Parts: sequence; structure tokens; C-alpha cells
Amino acid sequence: MSNHSEVVEHVGGTTVTFSYVWIALLVMTGIEVFLAYEQLPTLIMLTALLGLSVIKAALIIAYFMHLKFEKFSLFLTLFPMLVLCIILMMLIFMPDSVRSLQMRIQ
Amino acid sequence: MSEAKAATMDSVWQGGGSPYAIGSKKFGMWLFIISDALTFSALLVAYTYVRLATPEWPKPFHFSPSIIFSSVMTFCLLSSSLTMVMAVHSMNHGNRKATVGWILATIAGGLAFVVLHVTEWLNLINNEHVTTSGNEWGVPLFGGTFFALTGLHMTHVIIGVIYLGIIAFAVGRGKFKYEDVEVSGLYWHFVDLVWMFIFPLVYLMSAKI
Repeated sequence: MSNHSEVVEHVGGTTVTFSYVWIALLVMTGIEVFLAYEQLPTLIMLTALLGLSVIKAALIIAYFMHLKFEKFSLFLTLFPMLVLCIILMMLIFMPDSVRSLQMRIQ
Repeated sequence: MSEAKAATMDSVWQGGGSPYAIGSKKFGMWLFIISDALTFSALLVAYTYVRLATPEWPKPFHFSPSIIFSSVMTFCLLSSSLTMVMAVHSMNHGNRKATVGWILATIAGGLAFVVLHVTEWLNLINNEHVTTSGNEWGVPLFGGTFFALTGLHMTHVIIGVIYLGIIAFAVGRGKFKYEDVEVSGLYWHFVDLVWMFIFPLVYLMSAKI
């Protein structure tokens, strides 16, 4: 079998695009390490770090995992329910966690 | 509705079609990734719950070696994701030799991650005396959640390294197609993605200042 016959139709990013995404991910990791050594309150620190992590995850999913170049129906099938489940878990447990903290401090 | 569109709809609903325009292997991997993402989400939410609710939560991660090691580990995983993208790109262009080279580079990144992680674990166990059930700060949940989260992730990395080794071996022998390499890439990127949450939540939130 010649190599040429293995080539399939494939739409996606270029290697330059992937390199830019990789640099962006490294820069955001650097910002996270910098933020860790700023004296911020725990909840603000948690929000900032989680926000950056969500952006990094979105970049990995969109470009490295190629979801940006797939049919939108695949995204709609997979991700809304995942996001909903995570939001539900946080809505149910996080207020109780803060309440528990306040009770222990008192 | 035009005739062409009606024919497309018929073929989708009569089975045998591919409504997402991807192969079944790739769709299967996506479903696995989503279910595994829920597992890690539950663990991370549980960790965050006890982390926020415990005012005396220990901060044992010194800048050297813990934060430096974990930052280098992040660099290894991010770089291995880039080399995996290059492997998929090479396979797409039918260049099997380059594909094997890029996958081996990805495996090297994964192995470097595992070696650094085990070193970091040993540092925590031997120098900070942390176990899964206790530590000198009197917060046993710290060790329990830390080793559960990072241990499950490291298991995924080790499985990924073995998986990629099999793929590289087969591609080098002229077996497997583009989709097989792409599916293994999806798994590897997911392992990288999970670390993007574990690194800040577990290490940076507990960095010793």
C-alpha cells in the first residue's frame, strides 16, 4: 500500500495554530503559578484559578481534541449535560461547604 | 424540504449512517471521555468541598521542589499534547515514520511526568510524613484526597503511555489507520486536560507561601 492512498479528507487547524495554542496554555500556566504567590482570599483565588483552567480546557478541547472542527451536533450531544452535571454538583455542595466553614470558625 | 435533504434525513434515520460524521471508534472514545470527566469532576468537587470547609487545611507544597516539579510536570504534559497533535497530523498526511517519532516523543513526555510525580509523592511521604490516613497537621482528609486524585490521574497517564506504545508499534509495522491514532490522541489530550484542573486546585491552592 502506498503512503498516498492513506491520506484522508481532514479539515482542521494547522501546525502553526496548534503551536500558538500550546504557547497560550503555557502562558496561562505561568499566570496561575504567579497568582498562587499573591496573597488573595481563598474564594477569589479559587475563582481565578478555576476560570483560567476552564479557558485552558476549552482550548485543549477545541483545538487539540479537534471539537471545533467537528459537527456542532457532536458538541451538543456531549457537553451541555456534562456542564449541567458539574454545575449541579457545585450548586448542591459548595454552599454547604462554606456554611460548614463558618460554623467551624464560630 | 429538497429531495437531496430528504434523502440524507432518510439515511440517518434508517440506520447505517453517521449522524455526527465521525467513526464509531471516535464516538466511543468521546463517550468514554465524558463519563471519565464526570468521575474526575465528582472527585474534584469532593476535594474542593473539604478544602473550603477546613480552615486549617495544610499547605505543604514548598516552591522547591513541589511547585517547581509540578510546573515542569505541567510543561511535560502540555508539550506531549502538542507532539500528539503532530503525530495525528503526520498520520493524516500518510507519513507513518514521522507519526511513530511524534508518538515516541509523546510517550517520553508521559514517562517524564510519571517519574517526576513519583519523586514528588516520595518527597511528600518521606519529608512531610503524609499518608492516605494521617499527617502531622491533623487533617487526614488531605492525604486521602491528594493521593486519590493524583493517583487516579497517574493511573490514566500510565495506561496512556502503554496505549500509545501499542499504537506506535502497530503504526510502525504498517497496521492501524488514521482514526486509530486520532482516537488515542483524544485519550491523551483528555489526560492532559484533567491535569489542568488538578494542578491549580491541588498544588497551587496549597502552596506554602
